[in-house]
Amino acid sequence: MTKVTMTVNGKAVSGEVEGRTLLSSFLREGLGLTGTHVGCDTSQCGACVVHVDGKAVKSCTMFAADASGSAVRTIEGMANADGSLGTIQQAFQDHHGLQCGFCTPGMVMSAAALLAENPKPSEADVRHYLEGNICRCTGYHNIVKAVLAASGQDVSKIAAE
Amino acid sequence: MPKDHGIGASSKRREDIRFLTGKGVYTDDLNLHGQAHAVFVRSEVAHGRIVKIDTSAAAGMPGVLAVFTGEDFKDVGGNPAGWLINSRNGEPMREPKRPVLAHGKVRHVGDAYAAVVAETYAQAKDAAEQLAGDTEIEELPAIIDMGAALADASNRVHDEIPDNQCYDWGWIEDNRAAVDEAIKNAPHVTTLELVNNRLVPNAMEPRASIGEYFPGTGDYKLTTTSQNPHLTRLLVAAFVLGIPENKLTVVAPDVGGGFGSKIYHYGEEALVLAAAKKLARPVRWTAERSESFLSDAHGRDHVTKIELACEKDGTFIAFRTETMANVGAYLSNFATVTPTFLHGTLMAGPYKVPNVYVNVKTVFTNTAPVDAYRGAGRPEATFSLERVVDKMCRELGLDPFEVRRKNLLTKDMFPYTTPVGLAYDTGDYHATLDKAMQMADVAGFEARRAASAAKGKLRGMGLSTWIEACGIAPSHLVGVLGSRVGLYDAATVRVNATGNISVMTGAHSHGQGHETVFAQIVAEKLGIPESSVEIVHGDTSKIPFGMGSYGSRSLAVCGSAMNRAVDKIIAKGKKIAAHMLEAAEEDITFENGSFSVAGTDKAKTFGEIAFSAYVPHNYPLETLEPGLEETAFYDPANFTYPAGAYICEVEVDPDTGKVEVAAFHCADDFGNVMNPMIVEGQVHGGVGQGIGQALCENTSYDGNGQLLSGSYMDYAMPRADDVPFYNVDHSCQTPCTHNPLGVKGCGEAGAIGSPPAVVNAVIDALQRGGHKVDHIDMPVSPSRVWAAMQG
Amino acid sequence: MYAFEFEKPTTIADAVKALGREDAQALGGGQTLIPSLKQRLAAPSVLVSLSGIKEMQGVCTGDDGSLCIGGATTHATVAKEAAAKYPALAALAGGIGDPAVRNKGTIGGSLANNDPSACYPAAVLASGATIVTNARKIAADDFFEGLFATALEPGEIITEVRFPVPEKANYQKFDQPASRFALTGVFVAKYAGGARVAVTGASEEGVFRWSEAEAALSGNFSADAVKGLSLSADGMIGDLHGTPAYRAHLAKVLTTRAVAAS
Ligand SMILES: Cc1cc2nc3c(=O)[nH]c(=O)nc-3n(C[C@H](O)[C@H](O)[C@H](O)COP(=O)(O)OP(=O)(O)OC[C@H]3O[C@@H](n4cnc5c(N)ncnc54)[C@H](O)[C@@H]3O)c2cc1C
Ligand code: FES
Ligand code: FES
Repeated sequence: MTKVTMTVNGKAVSGEVEGRTLLSSFLREGLGLTGTHVGCDTSQCGACVVHVDGKAVKSCTMFAADASGSAVRTIEGMANADGSLGTIQQAFQDHHGLQCGFCTPGMVMSAAALLAENPKPSEADVRHYLEGNICRCTGYHNIVKAVLAASGQDVSKIAAE
Repeated sequence: MPKDHGIGASSKRREDIRFLTGKGVYTDDLNLHGQAHAVFVRSEVAHGRIVKIDTSAAAGMPGVLAVFTGEDFKDVGGNPAGWLINSRNGEPMREPKRPVLAHGKVRHVGDAYAAVVAETYAQAKDAAEQLAGDTEIEELPAIIDMGAALADASNRVHDEIPDNQCYDWGWIEDNRAAVDEAIKNAPHVTTLELVNNRLVPNAMEPRASIGEYFPGTGDYKLTTTSQNPHLTRLLVAAFVLGIPENKLTVVAPDVGGGFGSKIYHYGEEALVLAAAKKLARPVRWTAERSESFLSDAHGRDHVTKIELACEKDGTFIAFRTETMANVGAYLSNFATVTPTFLHGTLMAGPYKVPNVYVNVKTVFTNTAPVDAYRGAGRPEATFSLERVVDKMCRELGLDPFEVRRKNLLTKDMFPYTTPVGLAYDTGDYHATLDKAMQMADVAGFEARRAASAAKGKLRGMGLSTWIEACGIAPSHLVGVLGSRVGLYDAATVRVNATGNISVMTGAHSHGQGHETVFAQIVAEKLGIPESSVEIVHGDTSKIPFGMGSYGSRSLAVCGSAMNRAVDKIIAKGKKIAAHMLEAAEEDITFENGSFSVAGTDKAKTFGEIAFSAYVPHNYPLETLEPGLEETAFYDPANFTYPAGAYICEVEVDPDTGKVEVAAFHCADDFGNVMNPMIVEGQVHGGVGQGIGQALCENTSYDGNGQLLSGSYMDYAMPRADDVPFYNVDHSCQTPCTHNPLGVKGCGEAGAIGSPPAVVNAVIDALQRGGHKVDHIDMPVSPSRVWAAMQG
Repeated sequence: MYAFEFEKPTTIADAVKALGREDAQALGGGQTLIPSLKQRLAAPSVLVSLSGIKEMQGVCTGDDGSLCIGGATTHATVAKEAAAKYPALAALAGGIGDPAVRNKGTIGGSLANNDPSACYPAAVLASGATIVTNARKIAADDFFEGLFATALEPGEIITEVRFPVPEKANYQKFDQPASRFALTGVFVAKYAGGARVAVTGASEEGVFRWSEAEAALSGNFSADAVKGLSLSADGMIGDLHGTPAYRAHLAKVLTTRAVAAS
């Protein structure tokens, strides 16, 4: 067992982990932050995306020990300080960008990483950036729309209002 | 102005708040005191005889608490098929036992034959690996191809079923001779052989189950990823483990999508319960995605020959189909109805075709069980029909839009009984066709095609006019068709003393937004704010009963039950109001949340009535009971029949065969629409899955029964950059005539109507590009398109 | 996953030492290794993470003008930092997997793994790059030894990769629809001394140089030069996603496109 320390959503945390403990397991089982989901075992679905030192990573494909010393942000850390939904979260609700909600944490975290890099993405940029996030429910329509809306762009002209 | 609340408003979803902040609670999120972990040992061969399982080493490994094999469950019941289908010759279907854990034989890769329970997941995994090594399985030849399975009686999936056939079903047998005759004499017959590709449902949340046992009371609790906890309770309690139903609670908390795959009861659920009892501690299991690929019920997998007989002008005379449908190694709960009554009865489509005959042979193979997946049977019917109509148009040089227009039922023909036994209550198929053509700017296609050609791309347009029967219900009908359960639904509306409301519904929401939409309906009917209404679902200890969510039935059936319970609340409220206002019950009217005496200004608010119901200080108790809570069961008179027209445009890269969906237009008739935002979301999701089936999803077993597409490395899920924005419309509305809300169901539509539109568009593009290709089996992948273009 | 110890050294020397332990294995970005550990396909006793080693990070220009990339540099960093000097390589890195994979996956891990469908091997081979390890320098032509096989010795780490920068280059990747790796990918690079063409994803032997195309392009670096050529389907991969003939065809289409786009 090794001791890891990191900040998660701004709070300092520590814990004892095995070498093989994944960051996703540490968050879910160690810290009870079950908003980060696990949807596959081949690093492809993106349900587990969190930010480590500001960068989107698949927490199922990183060891907790490797994240020691880092600043981690998860879906639980995305709301405004007063508890209201953050801009991206609010856009997802406004535009029905989620159905079952399982892919949603990863989608929101990936969208946040995109908008940090590219504040006014095109539709194609959004679709391309979300290549590693699989959603089975929405057909992606409203996810892409929500991300565009979160970037402050007018989405009222998008097909079928 | 669109409404901003109540029926017809695009109310934002209240459930989103918890999902968006990471506070949803899915089964695997639960962390129970004292929990132990189960890991299943699954067959690595498709077909084999279990010679010996030596559990001793595994049982002695660190942390191991218990080891189970098929032997432990040989005396309990099996997981039954929900529908009894008879063969054409009157014989009942062959129904092999489906045990909790395989016993005697393993029948598909992934078939669980043992399970290990340990203190930690890693320990259980280690012991499972040990156990696999200590197991001797004599491999038998795998039975994979359906044709070969029927032909070779020497090799059997189930030793007692000689020809690997479950049934040979004809629908309608009385039509057979007339259809044969019509096809023989028809001026033109188009024949098409096609495959409806096997799909893996891939709800993003893998299946998970937690069993608990409370020794003090003898109660059990199963928390599981289910679309219908009551059905699961019935199956586990009554059929498999023999637990009294009243000693088992089944809870389906937040569930991350289902699409059919979480309707069914699976052996893992029974095992965690049995293990919890044995160990008197909670026992949990969560599937790894690779396990999901191997053990979730798959969908589709039909091989069909369809013939369309018509006049030279394209007027339909008859359809005849012969289908082999794969059920895999065991009968999953709805496996026998999906290729029959959910498929054959739809084979007249939205058309006035005089006669139809459908034959389906259902075949056991050494593959994962196959069952209903979004659309279930209806996508298969729609695909066969819409592809063969398209082919016929090309053979006769007819315009596919005109041929549809000529053959669609006209709106004055309803109610209409089809030659395959359904009674469509209402519809206007020309309206949705016209709407779709307008949305798609069909007239402008030539210009778009030229623009694509200038970029070196082939452009094509494909149409599908689809219909389905959903709102899966009427018990009287499904009973005739072989269902072993009724398909009504139930709801309780509980008005609390302070006037807010809990609605306990038999529907389960795993993405559909019931918590919002059902509240909109109740709030509007009672004239109270939506925020005062709470929708409770997914817990057998709280809800009177329910058959769950699938078959686009939630609103049409469960919502109607809720609607009826609300009507009872209003009726009771009137009684209370009459008492309070000292008026006759007949004189009380209820409007905008207020009970008043007709013609006077005497009135009581809904809140006052509720309060009085629980503080009945002066009630005439012989005639007026305290309390304000009502339960209703609702069993509709018929299925509902949503329909629509879909138009797809694709661009094909002739150098690589890659297909891009350039535009997708949907004009649907769902009857009345309660929340347009959610309805559109359902269509988007269905179309996304339909495009996935058409273009990329391919479940492939090799000759030895190994699943070649057993992970996202090889099973191509549609991603955001595979699909366009969809243009959807639901303004053509012919309300359902037999449910109180006039709703038809929208959950499966997109997945039913879209695959043929996509494939028709690809064929159109290739034909316009000069390639004589008249069919490509799904998925229409780049390599298949390219190969077809090579001739 | 089986249990193992986790070490995170900060120098190459310490990493080499740690990798000297029995059944020790290097961990780059883990984007390939972790999924295979989950499947219990590997059972290292110690994983030695290379991500804490500063001297293996980043992109710079060597004395001879070549582009040097530290062995533990992520795809995302290459996509950004190599963009000015070697845009085709940066574009290749920016097209690997998805953003989260690119934030972790490394060039050293990709090359050491030598997946037959991976992107980097095509760039390394077409650029005639040099793979620098803790022990030696290996020419690209000597490095790749077939599916998942390389010239690396056990415990040897890729510390840097040096790319001579071509006059023109381009990578064309045709995605395998499920994994999004290269169903076939072609990297074309034009140097003063001639053109090099490397094909990934297609051959059962792994990444290879298409010598006929190189000869044709060395004389006339234009799409027309490739027109008359064809690749044999013999030895090409055939699977769910494409037949050998399809891959051979794609290799040619992509070569043509890469030349046109460079
Ligand atoms: C969803 C997804 C999509 C992907 N798509 C693509 C794609 O399109 N194209 C593509 O090319 N790749 C793709 N990959 C693979 C990705 O590029 C990996 O990052 C890469 O193959 C391995 O790099 P790594 O740093 O993650 O190595 P690891 O996974 O850590 O290690 C891989 C192997 O290399 C060894 N190793 C690691 N670093 C070194 C080193 N410096 N020296 C010696 N040995 C070392 C390890 O011991 C191990 O054997 C994808 C991966 C995923 C999960
Ligand atoms: S769970 Fe991490 S990518 Fe699927
Ligand atoms: S909302 Fe269900 S998977 Fe995306």
